[in-house]
Amino acid sequence: MASAAPAGTLPAGPGAAPDTGREAVALGPRARLWPALAAVYKAQLSRARVARIPLLFVATFQSIGIMILMRGVVDDEAGARAVVAGSSVLVVAFVALNLLAQYFGQLRADGGLDHYATLPVPPAAVVLGAAGAYASFTVPGTLVTAVSGCLLFGLPLGHLWILAAVIPLAGAALSGLGAALGLLAPRPELATLLGQLGMSAALLLGVLPAGRLPEVVRLARDLLPSTYGVEAFARTFGGHPDWTHVLVDLAVCAGVGLASLAVATWAYRRAAVR
Amino acid sequence: MAKSPPGPTRTRVCRRYPVLSSLVNTRIAPSARQQGDVVRVRGLTKSYPAVRARRGTAATPEIRATDDVCLDVGRGEIFGLLGPNGAGKSTLVRQLTGLMRPDRGSVDILGHDIVRHPERASRILAYLGQQSTALDELTVSLAAETTGRLRGLDLRRARAERDAVLEELGLAPLAARPLKKLSGGQRRLACFAAALVGERPLLVLDEPTTGMDPVARRAVWAAVDRRRAEHGTTVLLVTHNVIEAETVLDRVAVLHRGRVVACDTPAGLKAEVAGEVRVDLVWRDRPPLEVPEVAALHGRATESGRRWTLRLAPEEARAVVSTVTGGAAFAALDDFTLATPSLEDVYLALGGDAQGLVKA
Repeated sequence: MASAAPAGTLPAGPGAAPDTGREAVALGPRARLWPALAAVYKAQLSRARVARIPLLFVATFQSIGIMILMRGVVDDEAGARAVVAGSSVLVVAFVALNLLAQYFGQLRADGGLDHYATLPVPPAAVVLGAAGAYASFTVPGTLVTAVSGCLLFGLPLGHLWILAAVIPLAGAALSGLGAALGLLAPRPELATLLGQLGMSAALLLGVLPAGRLPEVVRLARDLLPSTYGVEAFARTFGGHPDWTHVLVDLAVCAGVGLASLAVATWAYRRAAVR
Repeated sequence: MAKSPPGPTRTRVCRRYPVLSSLVNTRIAPSARQQGDVVRVRGLTKSYPAVRARRGTAATPEIRATDDVCLDVGRGEIFGLLGPNGAGKSTLVRQLTGLMRPDRGSVDILGHDIVRHPERASRILAYLGQQSTALDELTVSLAAETTGRLRGLDLRRARAERDAVLEELGLAPLAARPLKKLSGGQRRLACFAAALVGERPLLVLDEPTTGMDPVARRAVWAAVDRRRAEHGTTVLLVTHNVIEAETVLDRVAVLHRGRVVACDTPAGLKAEVAGEVRVDLVWRDRPPLEVPEVAALHGRATESGRRWTLRLAPEEARAVVSTVTGGAAFAALDDFTLATPSLEDVYLALGGDAQGLVKA
């Protein structure tokens, strides 16, 4: 093992005692979480240049189109806030939930996961790296959508910095969900379907103002993780935002994000060894 | 998929192969063999459960993808698994790389029990699978670098090894191109490059040269040979290409329906069928069955299109050649070849069906 990196080279250790009656050769280094995560993130981000840019345009135009449509329907300020916030977070849902579910579904179905499964990389690094990259893809589209929405509906641009918190937190929650759906779906078509359904839910439940929805639908809205990102964002359009509520909404988003990423990591482990 | 207790399986005696040669492998220095086996497989069995018929799909009975497989691979050996599609090669390799849990049996790689600790496989071996989906949208350079980093190298080292490997394989001019935009053979070579970044004592390569041109193939085998000479790297190679198997392998295990039906050096295996030669006859449009000698051969030939393949004793083959190269038969003959046995003939002699083997 002359080539093993000095920092990572460990003798087999007590856990790796030879259990076959012959002397075990020292294992190669293990990739540590953060460097591995950074490597996966960088690799996934580079894929955007090859494959994702057209889809990012689609995500943005879809959201802007919805806002233009809703302009004729919404006549109050509260409705306008909900539409702009919902459309912006919809870009996150499109990319992080829908596209990531498709990606992992495809990867799992055609054996692409074998590549990662035969490298000494922590499962969390693969899931978090991919989820982080997909959440990053959404940044330009979300910004463009939010700014156009504010101009379209005459909302203040002053608090748009809150997107710096909304995108990563909603991104974590939705991409974790997307990755889990993609990795758990038995067939890639099903992963695509679930991703699309999740995005449709984010569209219907996020963009339409909550006040006009029936009770049952409002309950479904509360269950969707992106809702809390939408609400936190919508609150900041007011003259004097209720920052406590904004923080609570973001905290819920963060909690759901942690949980869904944990589920996605578990799903990855399950999918990698069959 | 209950895990069998490790004790009893290890002591079981493996079935002897029908062809078992005591020939010493001449391509490995004896000292290398004495250092012990890198891979030891005993009684490895994996079944896919029967599937009941559903709408649109027919029922399939239980399939034994690997059936009581026993193998020993020595240090520095290039060991091949040969068989047509569906023989169980990839299933066997997936169990050796910790990607699949066997129903029974043991896999020991360099002293580590891979059945009990599948995660250790990734720290001992590099695996080149058949799929490149995980790397497809990356550039050649980033695919190699990322794989190195995920194999535990730091950034500086991963980049240095990446550059060295791309240079070695002649991929440097393609370094900035995404794998997706490359031809099948180039893409395969790029994946092979990724497998080499971050040295491992064992390389497991599943049909590494599929789609490659001769230049790329030579680059692959030169890279393998260099690692073997410098580091004593062991290679486990899956192939269904008999020509490749004959030229690059030290030893080969022939798989048929999940079983190892023979295991020896290519020369040793061919010695088993040395008494026969193969005659290939290609007719212009149809075989001249009005010639009695040709009609007599009809029942013994394997036909594929206009080609007849016959396996005959040498003197019989000579008689056939003299018949078809004279008179009416010669007028109908397009081409003929007379060849000494290949691994394909070995496979056929062992009861296999050589339809899925490739000769190129």
